[in-house]
Amino acid sequence: MSLTGTPIQAPLEEQPAGVDAAAANPKIEGRSTWQLAWARLRRDRAAVISAVVILIIILVAIFAPVFATITGHGVNEQFRTTGLNPEGLPVAPGKTFLLGTDDQGRDLLVRLAYGSRVSLEVGVLATLLTVAVGAVLGLAAGYLGGIVDTIVARLVDLVLSLPYLLFAISLVSISHPGMRIVIIVIVVFGWAAVARIIRGQVLSIREKEFIEAARSLGASSWRIMFVEILPNVMAQLIVYATLLIPVSIVAEASLSFLGLGIPPPTADWGQMLAEAESIYQQAWWFIVFPGAALLITTLAFNILGDGVRDALDPRIDRL
Amino acid sequence: MIRFLIRRIALGVFVMWMVTVLVFGIFFLGGNANTVAYRLAGKDATPLTVMLIRKRLELNKPIYQQYGHFLWQLTWHHSLGYSYYHGESVGSILKQAVPITFSLTLGAAVIWLILGVLSGVLSAVRRGSIFDRAVTALALFFYSMPTFVLGLLLLFLVSFQLQKRGIRWFPGQGYTYISANPVKWFQSLILPWITLALVSAATYTRLTRGSLLEVLGEDYIRTARAKGLRERRVIYRHGLRSALTPVASQFGIDVGTLLGGAIITETVFGMPGLGYTAVQSIQNQDLPVIIGIVIIASAAVIVANILVDIFYAVLDPRVRLH
Repeated sequence: MSLTGTPIQAPLEEQPAGVDAAAANPKIEGRSTWQLAWARLRRDRAAVISAVVILIIILVAIFAPVFATITGHGVNEQFRTTGLNPEGLPVAPGKTFLLGTDDQGRDLLVRLAYGSRVSLEVGVLATLLTVAVGAVLGLAAGYLGGIVDTIVARLVDLVLSLPYLLFAISLVSISHPGMRIVIIVIVVFGWAAVARIIRGQVLSIREKEFIEAARSLGASSWRIMFVEILPNVMAQLIVYATLLIPVSIVAEASLSFLGLGIPPPTADWGQMLAEAESIYQQAWWFIVFPGAALLITTLAFNILGDGVRDALDPRIDRL
Repeated sequence: MIRFLIRRIALGVFVMWMVTVLVFGIFFLGGNANTVAYRLAGKDATPLTVMLIRKRLELNKPIYQQYGHFLWQLTWHHSLGYSYYHGESVGSILKQAVPITFSLTLGAAVIWLILGVLSGVLSAVRRGSIFDRAVTALALFFYSMPTFVLGLLLLFLVSFQLQKRGIRWFPGQGYTYISANPVKWFQSLILPWITLALVSAATYTRLTRGSLLEVLGEDYIRTARAKGLRERRVIYRHGLRSALTPVASQFGIDVGTLLGGAIITETVFGMPGLGYTAVQSIQNQDLPVIIGIVIIASAAVIVANILVDIFYAVLDPRVRLH
């Protein structure tokens, strides 16, 4: 899974309220594209289940301190006597430590709960920023054309032809480690793919009559870009954003795994797996639980993303 | 064709030049010249020692002079300079790392391409069957799997569990050169290959399936069927041919990127390839080595992209190179 090279199939164009849907429904009433999409999404069982899973993960993140209170184990508290065995190795899952401890005798369950905060925060923030930057630049390049288009298109080409993980690591290594630089790096290398898609869409939309109408009414470029065109590419943006969240989560975890993401002692899934790498032969729980947490999260977002794509684009019926 | 090649190669050289400027910029803006000197000088170094080290590495000169020196060395002496730390030439460091990354990437690429395209085609042809659903679910599973999670799980579930029972087929971490021992070389690469291939194959399954289904709905496929061609021929000769173009471009991007260092896989399996070396030298701020690796990595991406465009034109006669 890569940050810029991920093939994400976005719907090509928004369809007006489908004829089939109206025929199937004897009581004829107008329903917007969004209502139809929502109805389709609710019928998609896999998508609903993954939405519930995501909700649970969000709740865990919000109520992470509750885990600490109930177990009585602070997130960074080291239990050198109870949390480590006489050889100084982590303790297996049991009554005191439900999911075992890590290499420093800290409660893995509590750290996993806190770790979900980092993943979700980075996943959502980085995605929103990436999509926002990509959308604005894509709109500007597509609608304004000329020099703006040339500059944006060249930048897109450059960013997409960089070995991004190498550059991401170099950028991270010269700044203060932390969540901010991780998010910046994800945005810097992620916006280009969004901008490219949106630019392509805008190029065809701007030739439509309603844009000409808006222009002849004296609407400004700003208004046309953000009030007339933006709603027409919203469906793609939403699909792209849903599928970008897991990519961002994995990007953050990968950087932390390489020791270049969220610095200790903040609990982070990628970092836990890096610590587990040297000790997994004695403590299986130390790789299995953080690995599972990461996998369940990305899987849930990907299934939901597929569902959202299918719901917003009835033409491709469940590819 | 010739004009296309000249244009693309010129563009590629320009991108590579931009890349070296970017790396230099990142390095000096981050104030790493001092970091390197202090780190080399050790804990209790006097300011004099630090100054001498900076002078020896020519880190005290203005940035444009250092960059000019680098370009001069590269173009006239074909030298990428020497590592700040052990004085080894960057060329010889790269010579050790490149074969590792190449054997890892190319081996994995063969596996994932066969696995991904085959499963994608079979599930598109049997759309809606149990096989299709199983493949789709598996593909989504591995598509969502972070590379390092799969690598660690394989190390634990396969390598370690077998070793506990006395079976030493998979050495776990480390790498053996093919010239030293071909059998051990193969053994040391199996798990990394599987890791990289499974994670990537998932993308290709999804891509091939989606693309083939789309193509099979086109008019010329109906025409081919209508003129009485066998279904096999329709799918493999007519359908697959144009369905493979997006797969080819994804393949070019992926192989190109990974040839510059399969950073995560190499790190998990402790293989000192380009990616692993890159992470080490970035952590040490060893600028000459970083630049060397970044140049190789960008070149790989650029060459892969050119090859993909040529392949496109071969695969799909509607595409013209210009």
